[in-house]
Amino acid sequence: MIVRISGEGQYELPDEDAERLNELDNRAVAAVDQGDQTGFQELWSQMLELVKSDGNEIDGDELVESDVILPPRDISFAEAEAEFTGDGLIPD
Amino acid sequence: MAGLGGRMSTVIKSKISRMLDRAEDPGETLDYGYQKQVEMLQNVKKGIADVVTAKKRLQMQSSKLEQSVVKLDTQARQALSQGREDLARMALERKTLAQTELQSLDTQVTELEQQQEKLTENEQKLRTKIEAFRTKKEVIKAQYSAAEAQVKISEAASGVGEEMADLGLAMQRAEDKTETMRARAAAVEELEAAGTFDDITQLGSGQDDIEQQLQELTSGAQVDDELAKMKAELGSGGGDDSPALEQGKENP
Repeated sequence: MIVRISGEGQYELPDEDAERLNELDNRAVAAVDQGDQTGFQELWSQMLELVKSDGNEIDGDELVESDVILPPRDISFAEAEAEFTGDGLIPD
Repeated sequence: MAGLGGRMSTVIKSKISRMLDRAEDPGETLDYGYQKQVEMLQNVKKGIADVVTAKKRLQMQSSKLEQSVVKLDTQARQALSQGREDLARMALERKTLAQTELQSLDTQVTELEQQQEKLTENEQKLRTKIEAFRTKKEVIKAQYSAAEAQVKISEAASGVGEEMADLGLAMQRAEDKTETMRARAAAVEELEAAGTFDDITQLGSGQDDIEQQLQELTSGAQVDDELAKMKAELGSGGGDDSPALEQGKENP
């Protein structure tokens, strides 16, 4: 699975991480829905950490499309409210 | 695929595929795609230049304010040594405000610097992708039949398209931030134009307005502290007006 962190680059992750990422994503949607900023920030950090620690950065000259595009690291809660809705970033 | 970047890249991808559907000559499409990418790179350069301009403007304001701080401090001392506590207070109020503005400007300059670095880094990334696309397009033109080429072009174009969309988003955010700072810079310029940081000896009529605003804007406690400190410094010289200055400490 290829994941892009907006503004940072693309990472190749093992397929089994998809489920973990999806779970965090769904919980982030729930946190945003409840207006829980702290909870959201915590989950968002975990998502980024998962991509960074498990993923291999894709070479700059490789032309591939991402399966998932995560928003910029410094996303504000207001921006998150527009992004983390419904199925979240990763549709089920 | 949703998400900030996701939506944008979907728009770009659909544009690319519409373009490919219409294309009779894949080679031509490839060249056109490449040309568009190079144009995007020019836009990025312009975006970076805008950030640099905004930063320079703030830096200029910052150095002007620094001069005002020094000047107002000197004037406060002079006023105090001449027994004009009212003028000293006025100068210190202005100084406090200038210092507050200065701090906020410095924070913004740092933020803009980070934006600039980030955009430059992203520009480099896009440049690498575009270079990869240029190489790939020549390979595709030389080695594939028209039908095969369609698929390969689509893949390559989507890869670059996503990078472009991502950079577009970064630029948009940088622009929003720069816009906020421009507004801020304009506000400081208005204060300057109103004579807020001017020489207090140049005060004419019609300054009561500014004075009132200053009192609202600045922290009275900070001004009181500084005034007291200044008095102590001047008082240690043993001036005969020390007792009178002591009264100035009383405050509502």
